[in-house]
Amino acid sequence: MFSRAYRTIVTVPPLAWVAVFLLVPYALMFCYSFWSVSSAQTIVRSWNVANYQELLQKPVYWETLLRSMWIAARVMVFSLLLGYPLAYFLSFYAGKRKDLLYQMVIIPLWVSYLVRAYAWKTILGSDGVLNTLLQYVHLTSHPLDFLLYSPFAVVLTLTHIYTPFTILPIYASLEHIPRNLVEASHDLGATPVQTFWKVIFPLSIPGVVAGATFAFVLSLGDFLAPLLLGGPSGIMISNIVVSLFGAAYNWPLGAAISLCMLVVVVSLLFLSERLEKKWSFS
Amino acid sequence: MEFLVSGNSDNVSRSRWLLLHALAVFAFLYLPIAVLILYSFNGPGVGGFPPRNLTFNWYRTLFSDGAIWDSVFNSLEVAFAAMAISLAFGIPAALALDRSNFPGKALFRRLVLLPLILPGIITGLSLLMLFDLASTKLSLLTIVLGHGTALISVATTEVFAGLQKLDRAQEEASLDLGANYWQTFWRVTVPNLKLPIIGAALLIFTLSMDEIAVSFFLIGRENTLPLEIWGRLRRGITPEINAISTIIFAFSLVTIVFWYRLRVRAEGSVEAGAELLAATDS
Repeated sequence: MFSRAYRTIVTVPPLAWVAVFLLVPYALMFCYSFWSVSSAQTIVRSWNVANYQELLQKPVYWETLLRSMWIAARVMVFSLLLGYPLAYFLSFYAGKRKDLLYQMVIIPLWVSYLVRAYAWKTILGSDGVLNTLLQYVHLTSHPLDFLLYSPFAVVLTLTHIYTPFTILPIYASLEHIPRNLVEASHDLGATPVQTFWKVIFPLSIPGVVAGATFAFVLSLGDFLAPLLLGGPSGIMISNIVVSLFGAAYNWPLGAAISLCMLVVVVSLLFLSERLEKKWSFS
Repeated sequence: MEFLVSGNSDNVSRSRWLLLHALAVFAFLYLPIAVLILYSFNGPGVGGFPPRNLTFNWYRTLFSDGAIWDSVFNSLEVAFAAMAISLAFGIPAALALDRSNFPGKALFRRLVLLPLILPGIITGLSLLMLFDLASTKLSLLTIVLGHGTALISVATTEVFAGLQKLDRAQEEASLDLGANYWQTFWRVTVPNLKLPIIGAALLIFTLSMDEIAVSFFLIGRENTLPLEIWGRLRRGITPEINAISTIIFAFSLVTIVFWYRLRVRAEGSVEAGAELLAATDS
């Protein structure tokens, strides 16, 4: 029913825009990662793999990448541990308050990411809210200094930021479980615990995978929380990239690291899509 | 469901634990926000327990702080412009995905979603390389292009979900009765998609207002609000930041309530952004 002209008009402009402002830039990043910088600080467009060799040879790069993955993994696990039971509670036990509580999960997302990281900084600092509270009630006499400028602060803040992102897909997948399956399991004599592990949990795996992927991928690439709260030991891979694009002026090397990150991220997305398909109910 | 309320003591204690867990998670999610708001009234500064000398002074300082308000207006400009771009290309893209077949359709669908799933640094840096190659001077315009492009998928997924529910017979009738495509689009398609379009617009607007990871690399001389805050965080912090964040949060809450009522009145469903989440899942 839609004419060729109609279809062309709705297709070509978005396609062209996305090609220029997404496809070309991503491709450019790929190209840059094979270029190099001259001693006069200009980009040399000759193709070579020197950047990748450097990445393999200097442990600082892959060690930082591994450390970032370790931080991201902890964020993922904590977000799931906090998020899953809450989503389960919302879906199965919240009754009439379901909608309200669902909105309450979303509302923190409306406070800017940066502002929430900043709020944690004011809580965790050596003269921050938490330390002065602990001293006020005489639990400690000196401020605890591991709280801020540590991987702990980064993990805590990122967990705070990404927990709602895990709750929402888990909740959605729990909501999609036909309730008569749960009743059937109960009628057939399964205990609530058995029903949970044999019926409900397996059916919610797509939501868990989606939530886990969000939390891991988004925290893996984060550079603001580490800059603000991480201190020297909380540096993540993106911080290295930022400095390579800034003061260190080595865009090609920065692009190579970004590309490695991109490969990790895209393979995870691919993997999670496969897992979700495998476990999805239908 | 009978068994959920059957007074089984196991079950009751289980739901009690879940309730406690839920309360703890909500406390964790809201603690930084509560601290943020409370300390915007704290006389001595951003830390220190208990809060003392409650005052509106920080709000007074804020209202006479020209740099912050300049950045707020910059952010508003950017958000409106980004919204216009995302809608102008995102809505046709949704129509194209719904109604047209073109080579690379599957790729396109994934490509537009990437900026939301990838860490912002990757999108930010790729665009930086594009603007550098095109010798474009970094300014608010480059941020607008970045946000506008990154958020196209918000419009596309929300409107696409709306199109799936749309009854095509109405459009067919309009065309049969002699309206041309343009008239049909404005008088039948758009009115039917009012809700998804408003929802997408609000979401794009708030995401753009908050965005920092992409803006970080595309900033010229003028700051957006998050970048202004970022600059101040590195120089030393005052509750002025709490005050501006509290005001913005209040505005967001009003927007959410407005959106919630609009949506409940229209279709009794409250999962704002649910389509987006579902789309980024897969």
